[in-house]
Amino acid sequence: MVVSCEEVWREISNYLEGEVDPGLRAAIQEHFRGCKHCTAVLDGTRNVIELYGDERMFEVPLGFSQRLHRRLEENMPRSRGLAFGWMVAVTAAGLVVGGFEVGGSSVFTRPELRSEHAQPGSGVPAQMMVVVSADGKTFHAPGCRFIHDKAKLRTVTVSEALREGYAPCVRCMKKYLSGAVISRPAFAGTEAHIPGSEAQSRE
Amino acid sequence: MPGEATSLENPAEKSNEEMLIRRIRGGEHELFYELIRPYERRVYSAAFAILRNEADAEDAAQEAVLKAFKHIRQFRAEARFSTWLIQITVNEARMRRRKEHAHIMEPIVDHQDEEGNYTPRDFADWREIPSETLERNEVRQKLAEALASLGQKYREVFVLRDMQHLSIQETAKAVGISTASVKTRLLRARLMLRDLLAPGLGGSWNSKVSFAKGDKPW
Repeated sequence: MVVSCEEVWREISNYLEGEVDPGLRAAIQEHFRGCKHCTAVLDGTRNVIELYGDERMFEVPLGFSQRLHRRLEENMPRSRGLAFGWMVAVTAAGLVVGGFEVGGSSVFTRPELRSEHAQPGSGVPAQMMVVVSADGKTFHAPGCRFIHDKAKLRTVTVSEALREGYAPCVRCMKKYLSGAVISRPAFAGTEAHIPGSEAQSRE
Repeated sequence: MPGEATSLENPAEKSNEEMLIRRIRGGEHELFYELIRPYERRVYSAAFAILRNEADAEDAAQEAVLKAFKHIRQFRAEARFSTWLIQITVNEARMRRRKEHAHIMEPIVDHQDEEGNYTPRDFADWREIPSETLERNEVRQKLAEALASLGQKYREVFVLRDMQHLSIQETAKAVGISTASVKTRLLRARLMLRDLLAPGLGGSWNSKVSFAKGDKPW
């Protein structure tokens, strides 16, 4: 098969794309061997494709990306992912606070306190070990001088004591009850130092 | 070859992209920044190639990216995200162009004979060009001018196929023409650009290339 220059020019783009059938391809290649002009056109066209295909050809304006992101940000609704994150954070915070109240109970209802005068032990670290007596109404730090029946004491965690309806001793647990909000983070989940109290329990 | 370049796709990247799209659809909107980051330059250059003005191109590119975000649920996984994004960009840029030129009685169809054979005007020898050529501002400027001087319909196809590396089919879909028309326009665009650039680049700009209207070889 012999092809003319006009036919080569017509097919040169397809030739470079690899989209001519083998017979025509061979004929075009044969033509190139003897035609300086068509070879120049082939080389030039290939160079055009190569040069323009280079990503350096277009430079984006300075700050383009930042402006694009800003525009997106202005138009982007708060994502569910983010909202979910906030929800989790708020819920977690609520649980931390509430956790002290329910003392780690699996049910989220507060049991009825044994004493009408008791304060809920929401500020007391849930895992702290305390002592309770069977006929008492409050839980105490071990060694608290206001424990009533020292013979029937048992050691439990604050969360267990709260679950059973015990209220914190307003003396030995005073720190957690009065300044709970400020001191809570420092004590959360730790065996905090429990200050003694000199005052007399009303129990 | 352009055809070879387009068919290559990193499966890991594609899979990561699909995962990002799923998560964005699921509400993690911030991941959209990550999804579009590799294509920002391409979006801009597609818009610029059509609008030929930096400010308009940037505005159109921003609008296109926003539209892609808002309509991410309409993206079909069988297509490439980049193709879909470029398609939106082309539509956006074309719409703006129509609006801006609405007062000018511009023909919707370019009546230049697409089927007619194109005869190269110049046979300057233009062999291998070092890649460093593009480092020269002067060269990039000449290339940009040459591209800008092409008719809209040739420029669009050339940009999508040879600069954005879309396939012939994807280009046809983006522009809304047949694949045969894409091939014809592409051939002409490439030959026209070669005619404009070969004397300069082949001869190290010994002959001055002018892109004034009357000097175009077509």
